[in-house]
Amino acid sequence: MSLDPPFTSEHEELRESVRGFIERELAPHAQQWEEDRWFPDEVFAKMAAQGLLGLKYPERYGGQDGDYLHEAVLCEELARTGSGGTAAGIGAHVNIATPPIWKFGSEEQKQRYLVPAIRGESIGALGITEPGAGSDVAALSTRAERVDGGFVVNGEKTYITNGVRAQFIVTAVKTTAEGGHGGISFLIVDRGEGVESSKLSKLGWHASDTATISYQDVFVGEENLLGELHGGFKLIMANFQWERLAMALGAVGAMQIAYERTAEFARQRNAFGRPLSGHQAIRHKLADMATSVYTCRCVTYDALRRFVAGEDPLKEVTMAKLLTQRAAFELMDEALQIHGGAGYMREYWVERAARDARLGPIGGGSDEIMREILGRVLAL
Amino acid sequence: MAATAESVLKPDFKSQRKHFIFTDEHEQLRESIRSFATKELAPHAEEWEETTFPDSVFRRMGELGFLGLDKPEQYGGQGGDYYSALVLAEEIGAANSGGLAMGLAVQTDMAMPPILKFGTEEQKREWAEPAIKGEKILCLGITEPDAGSDVSGIKTRAVRDGEDWVINGSKTYITNGHRADVIVLVTKTDPDAGYDGFTLFLVPMDSPGVIREKRLKKLGMHASDTALLAFQDVRVPDTAVLGAVGKGFYHIMWELQGERLIGAAGCVSGAQRCFEKTLQYANERKAFGREIGKFQVIRHKFAEMATKIESARQMVYVTAWRFNNGEYPVREISMAKLHAARVACEVADECIQIHGGAGYMVEYGVERVWRDMRLNRIGAGTDEIMLDVIGRSYGL
Repeated sequence: MSLDPPFTSEHEELRESVRGFIERELAPHAQQWEEDRWFPDEVFAKMAAQGLLGLKYPERYGGQDGDYLHEAVLCEELARTGSGGTAAGIGAHVNIATPPIWKFGSEEQKQRYLVPAIRGESIGALGITEPGAGSDVAALSTRAERVDGGFVVNGEKTYITNGVRAQFIVTAVKTTAEGGHGGISFLIVDRGEGVESSKLSKLGWHASDTATISYQDVFVGEENLLGELHGGFKLIMANFQWERLAMALGAVGAMQIAYERTAEFARQRNAFGRPLSGHQAIRHKLADMATSVYTCRCVTYDALRRFVAGEDPLKEVTMAKLLTQRAAFELMDEALQIHGGAGYMREYWVERAARDARLGPIGGGSDEIMREILGRVLAL
Repeated sequence: MAATAESVLKPDFKSQRKHFIFTDEHEQLRESIRSFATKELAPHAEEWEETTFPDSVFRRMGELGFLGLDKPEQYGGQGGDYYSALVLAEEIGAANSGGLAMGLAVQTDMAMPPILKFGTEEQKREWAEPAIKGEKILCLGITEPDAGSDVSGIKTRAVRDGEDWVINGSKTYITNGHRADVIVLVTKTDPDAGYDGFTLFLVPMDSPGVIREKRLKKLGMHASDTALLAFQDVRVPDTAVLGAVGKGFYHIMWELQGERLIGAAGCVSGAQRCFEKTLQYANERKAFGREIGKFQVIRHKFAEMATKIESARQMVYVTAWRFNNGEYPVREISMAKLHAARVACEVADECIQIHGGAGYMVEYGVERVWRDMRLNRIGAGTDEIMLDVIGRSYGL
């Protein structure tokens, strides 16, 4: 098989081993974890034992000294878990909670948070969204008051992946009265007194413990200020590119498997005296699905290549996120349709895949926000 | 009110636009069903997602006369026209439970019409009359594990044995399958006769050999019970045959027409409710300093949705008008069903999107509509089957 740039044979070897691990250790439990509305914390330890929680992090923190391309392999292969919620929990830890610490944290913060996180001993979450501030990040109202030796935090965060299990929450807070772009900071908040989580019921991602987290008079020491005071907005923006690329990669991975499985189903299932794939309408649906996977893969890999090369591919990443999330859901919906009545039943994988994929056009910046960004990038 | 220069220049968007097929009586019926569904059903909708809705709903609705609106008075029905059935399909949406609406539709618009149309006097007395009272629950068995869209591919066999018939086979995705007292069952009685080899039976669900195998878990419609059923040497007398031996395929194709049109009406109503709920949200939720409905993109989403819903509604009403006038408009019913189901899914999806993160949460109820509505593009004939029926109707 030819290699898709930017991946090399080294990445493909990693892909083989990651895929094997996921198919052995995670996928067989996906259905159960979905039913339980929870995947066990041990998953993090198992991932860590394979080095999978630190692919892109330096060896001195316990990482694998790889780069974003290694991480990209994991993002894509995690889709094979077959549980969007499990992939999301792992993804939140490696792709959104720990990167700000790695990039903006002090050496001491990295030792305290990044090292145990890479070992799978401590689980992280990122807390930005609030009940009154979703797409409009600058409107957040969780307040951190300056006190002697640190801050006192009050407010509420919602839709936080790993929100129940996380031992530390990288939390965006208002550090000036006005808040807004110049008044947001990040604090690493340890779970403890005053931090309460309540789990939310969702359309999909059932294995993930998405939660509302309330902070009541939570004291956070000075040493847990992440990055510059009032400099939080930059930190939010910095990680968005990788988060969105990770989502695009996850979509490509999920689309690939969904296509393969649906094509197989269409070859096996008979109606009107021949396999479903022998009916032109179904064959053409599958042709469209395969084309969509390829389109999304090309666009995503191009953005990834630019990102890894150090360009600032805001336009390409935004387009990749917009295109892949909608395309992934549409592909799952078509897969569900091809499965007919079976597609509507829980015992098949496909209704879950459709529910899980539906978050894509909302999470990590909604389609509407992606288009707004493109409007600016394209100077409209 | 006659249009004056002033009223023409100032459109009244608040006015009730009663469609010509409906009379004042229909509007009163609409009010009373809506108020019943809002007061007595909707408060339990959430709970019934977990438990499925109770059988007592049938009895209560039977008492109120809602299960026989368009059914003959001699069997306890209200003797109304087809439009009254349409009103029920629309207003039961106020219960906020797709699964409940579906369970009821199986009773009133899927299993009951063939009994009334093809049944003997005894069969109507035994099953339709108590079903209209809500004392007996009906289900309909067409789909099998290996035969869905391809109805002619069903394998459940009914074989003559002296005075009786012996039935073997299995049926799946059967709504009301666990609670039903009787099933209208599609069987093959002559494997060599092609479309003329099918026969319908009324099989009491407590007959020896009827096995309710399992409750199927689904993407949506959680308030309904959906069964996988097995029939093992089920013996029924000749009087259990519904309609003519060998005519079952045609009987069931007739049944599907009414089912599809009522389904389409349910789609329009579901989409309309979801639209209204989301409109309220868009008027309250603020981002970037204003209500999100004030953003052009969101405003256009609403305009698009409203236009789609209106197109589906008009298709359903006009097709119902043809149906009520005694036509058998298979092509138009297929078009209405195809279009309304797609519109409902598209609207529900757009409503999730407008709600953003909240749309993905169970708490706001939109994701449930989305899950429930998705069945409509599969059940009662998939989109693909509708397209086939429409395409073939042009001789293609």
